[in-house]
Amino acid sequence: MTVLAVAEHRRGDLRDVSFELLTAGRELAAELDADLAVAVIGGDVEGFAEELNREGVDTIYTVENGEEFNHGVYAQAVEELSAELDPTALLMPNSVNGLDYAPAVAGSLDLPLVTDVIGIESGETVEVVREQYGGKVETTYEIGSERYALTIRAAEWPPADSAGDATIEAFEADVDEDALGTTVRGFEEVGSGDVDITDADVLVSVGRGIGEEENVPLVEELADALGATLSSSRPIVDNGWLPQNRQVGQSGKVVTPDVYIAVGISGAVQHVAGMKGADTIVAINSDPNAPIYDIADYGIVDDLFEVVPRLIEEFGGQAPEI
Amino acid sequence: MKVLVTVKEVAEVDDEFEISGLDIDEASLEYDLNEWDDYAVEEAVQIAEASDDDVEVVTVTVGPERAEETVRMALAKGADRAVRVWDDALEGAQFLDVGTKADVIAAVAEAEEPDLILSGVQASDDSNGATGVALAERLDLEWAAVVNDLELDAEAGIASVHRELEGGIEELTDVELPAVLTIQTGINEPRYASLRGIRQAQRKPLETESLGDIGLDASVVDSPVERTSMYEPESESDAVVWDGSADETAGELAELLREKGVVEG
Repeated sequence: MTVLAVAEHRRGDLRDVSFELLTAGRELAAELDADLAVAVIGGDVEGFAEELNREGVDTIYTVENGEEFNHGVYAQAVEELSAELDPTALLMPNSVNGLDYAPAVAGSLDLPLVTDVIGIESGETVEVVREQYGGKVETTYEIGSERYALTIRAAEWPPADSAGDATIEAFEADVDEDALGTTVRGFEEVGSGDVDITDADVLVSVGRGIGEEENVPLVEELADALGATLSSSRPIVDNGWLPQNRQVGQSGKVVTPDVYIAVGISGAVQHVAGMKGADTIVAINSDPNAPIYDIADYGIVDDLFEVVPRLIEEFGGQAPEI
Repeated sequence: MKVLVTVKEVAEVDDEFEISGLDIDEASLEYDLNEWDDYAVEEAVQIAEASDDDVEVVTVTVGPERAEETVRMALAKGADRAVRVWDDALEGAQFLDVGTKADVIAAVAEAEEPDLILSGVQASDDSNGATGVALAERLDLEWAAVVNDLELDAEAGIASVHRELEGGIEELTDVELPAVLTIQTGINEPRYASLRGIRQAQRKPLETESLGDIGLDASVVDSPVERTSMYEPESESDAVVWDGSADETAGELAELLREKGVVEG
């Protein structure tokens, strides 16, 4: 039996989730008494294979093809490798690129696919854990088929770090270049600008709880009164209320300030990924069950429109009329 | 040109809720148009408005009669016509693995033959994030996931998109049409339905199809994936939560910030 994990890299570097996949794969392989195979596709595959050679990995298959991710190449290569190895479990990252090929591979190989998995238990059958309803509940799914595909959420498994003794094998995937209907023209960094929130010692961050664009200056005033920098969660930027360079989270910036004050932010996993490294986290949110309180050090469970003006006054500022 | 948009009615959970059996109690749920699909509908309507040619925007929904309110909302925002698939056989379907929903929508898409399919990146309740790409695979179309910018060159048959990767990086990609694009929030500013739009939506065609109507049968819901439990995750919170009036809690926080040296005095 084989567990096959597919590594992810971008612009010359393996992404962290690749090493987390090795841990998830190694644990599952141990429970199934299976081998752990790892595929690395495109880019400097030999260099990547050296890095992926961690404890518990049996074989690393390198597939040379282009420099960067192309979903057509990934889908074809993983399908061919699966035809060769017949893996019981196919593990892919639940990343933007992982979700750009995993559903196609699962469809083409006729495998059930469960995405965004945060836990795997294997006994007679495999049971996976995932969240639902925006993280309000967890749920377990039993997968009753012999073979299946999973995408795993980043930062749920620790990265595999001790050195291994895997066999590294080049795998010739017969990729049909004519069948590739997408062309990657390049990359663009967004969210640069005059303010670099990753530099700030203190961030005051505004989220959906602020309700209306007219209310944003209230939180801005708090940041000013504290001599802090203003940042935000995704919905604020989606609405165009603040520019993209203020966005904290998976698709924005990862910040590690001394103090992070989350105002009206529920703490969705994508946001938390961007700020959990702050030394001290303070949350102001009226919902006591908001996931932000799972990582906050201090909290005020109250209406932000009551608390923030008082706080501004504490520091000699004046709350704007809103 | 025809644009097909997948529209899901999602369940939103009240702050206080009960779990009954393997799902959240119906009394704790409210239903709404999936946020990502709202952006997808807006994108399709903007494409139609910007084009000199006739562009028809058709929505497709898998859901019970209750979902028609959500479908009418999409029509009120400018979609021309809607298809809703429902069937007794779908009544108990949980759509836990990605395949079932994709199979049903693919059957509708095959009949509609759209030039472009827009689908939200994910649904806010299940967060599978996979239906659009699974749909493309079934239809043998090209695709791009997590699109936050779209330029359509219908004549050349190319969609030039930005794919929003993690960490503030966007991938610039050309996609051959016809294609499925999964639409990320922030790509546009979804409009509110106008009163006129809401009135017009009542007269727009909304067809209901059974599985048999679209050439499928009950076997489409067969899935090896079964839900075995649902529970509230144990709170990992060890936060110090200050009690009291806003004056008191603001005072506590101010003291902490002074201690931390954030502000002086």
